[in-house]
Amino acid sequence: MDTEANEVLIEARGLTRRYGPTVAVNRLDLTLRKGEILGLLGPNGAGKSTTMKMLTGNLAPSDGDVRIKGVSMREQPKLAKSSLGYLPEQPPVYPELTVDEYLGYCAGLHGVARKDLADALASAKRDCGLADVGHRLVGNLSKGYQQRVGIAQAIIHRPPVVILDEPTVGLDPIQIREIRTLIAELGRSHSVILSSHILPEIQAVCSRVMIIARGLVVYNEPMAATQGDASVIAGFKRAPQAVQLAGIDGVDGASPLGDDRFLVTPRKGADPREAIARAAAQNDWGLIELHAQQRTLEEIFVELTSGDLRAAA
Amino acid sequence: MTAILNIARTEWRRIFLSPLAWAVLAVVQFITGFVFINLIAQYAAASADGSDLGVSDVVAGSLYGFATVLLLLIIPLMTMRLFAEERKTGSITLLFSAPVSLTEIVLGKFLGVLGFIAVVVVLMALMPLSLAWSTDMDWGRVAAGLVGLFLLMMAFAAAGLFVSSLTREPTIAAVASFGLLLVIWLSNILAYNDSVPFKEVFSYLSLIDHFESLRRGVFATADVVYYFLFSALFLWLTVLRLDIERN
Repeated sequence: MDTEANEVLIEARGLTRRYGPTVAVNRLDLTLRKGEILGLLGPNGAGKSTTMKMLTGNLAPSDGDVRIKGVSMREQPKLAKSSLGYLPEQPPVYPELTVDEYLGYCAGLHGVARKDLADALASAKRDCGLADVGHRLVGNLSKGYQQRVGIAQAIIHRPPVVILDEPTVGLDPIQIREIRTLIAELGRSHSVILSSHILPEIQAVCSRVMIIARGLVVYNEPMAATQGDASVIAGFKRAPQAVQLAGIDGVDGASPLGDDRFLVTPRKGADPREAIARAAAQNDWGLIELHAQQRTLEEIFVELTSGDLRAAA
Repeated sequence: MTAILNIARTEWRRIFLSPLAWAVLAVVQFITGFVFINLIAQYAAASADGSDLGVSDVVAGSLYGFATVLLLLIIPLMTMRLFAEERKTGSITLLFSAPVSLTEIVLGKFLGVLGFIAVVVVLMALMPLSLAWSTDMDWGRVAAGLVGLFLLMMAFAAAGLFVSSLTREPTIAAVASFGLLLVIWLSNILAYNDSVPFKEVFSYLSLIDHFESLRRGVFATADVVYYFLFSALFLWLTVLRLDIERN
């Protein structure tokens, strides 16, 4: 089982895509193992969608190759694609079909046998919360439901690899939460690649993050790596001086954020929250806010994608 | 093969779920019915004068000859959406990321349209059928005409499918396929001009000249092969075009 859990499902080597003189994606390497959820981040036009199109065989790479479960997309596209489920930016739905008809068609396209069709349909609809709308026309559903139909289409044949391009665009906050839960569930039995602009979303569901800027991979780390150095936000009714906070045990420094709030940087490996609470109680600072704040993806993202020099490095 | 049939079935269903198909069928049936009644009335008047034309000549010959012009107008309307609309709405990605080859996609779509064309042929067959209770028809003649119509529409559809794969605007696809078909159709007028070199070639390539013999009840293999080759050429071009799109 252990060796199976480490099975490499997607492997891309030196993936390059040129549109005339512009290089949309430049020598991108990507490895995805079973059970991983990879978040693909990047500013607009960074090459996220191009990368996903190449991974799913919708676009031929100018250079490099994609292997899905060890099968080359270039040499055996049909076999490689059979292990894939893909939701593009625009859900590829037919508005004139009902949800059941549409999903049945997708299942057939992906080679689901006729006898397994009813089961596949039922489980995909259950997973995506579509059980009640099976008989409705896709075109009459709201954008959020159409998006779910798009996701259902990508998982109906239970592919080992699911690739979702901005799956939560156009959804309301409750639907976004549901889709996130769904993606986390998918991540247990499938490998998922997910692209998004919404950083907290990636932070919430992904086990690994890849940031692309100008077609280059500028960051590729497990999610845990971004959570190493948490800082602490503290807010007070009667705020102390920053130096007083910096004197507390385990605190490396404190900088005021305005409104009597402070950003407290802890010493390596220390969690100063308890000490801050104690100090606040002793000195009657009127502690009203205290929480750890992870170094957010946003900070990493902005840092890596704003400066030209850094991206080129 | 299952993939082709699956795509074809869904395509056929989607064609008939759109009001366009029903509107087209209604208009075609109305116009051909109108012409049919006119022809029958003319025939009745002419037979009183002792004409030796059979009723099958009128139906299979004149009616189906007239129908070709109408079909030239409507088949581009039926094929315009096949790829252009899918590209516009992005649903083409579904086919491109599914484990099916481009050939299967193209053949599936084509078969789906052939399903629609089969319905048109059935409607065309109903008119001579309505005469069966009152007179003896030359069924071989009628059948040859229907086969001719089917083959002609098949060729139209293949060309329309190709043009649809070139653009993302269904209306442009319709206009362009109509233009393309008309040019191939009219290439036989070059054959009437003695100053044109290889004029026989143009006459041979014309879409409509091969229909003539079938319309007259002559089932010649060469004509049938012409329509199949014509369709195969455009289907192949469509596959090439879709392949280029990925590169």
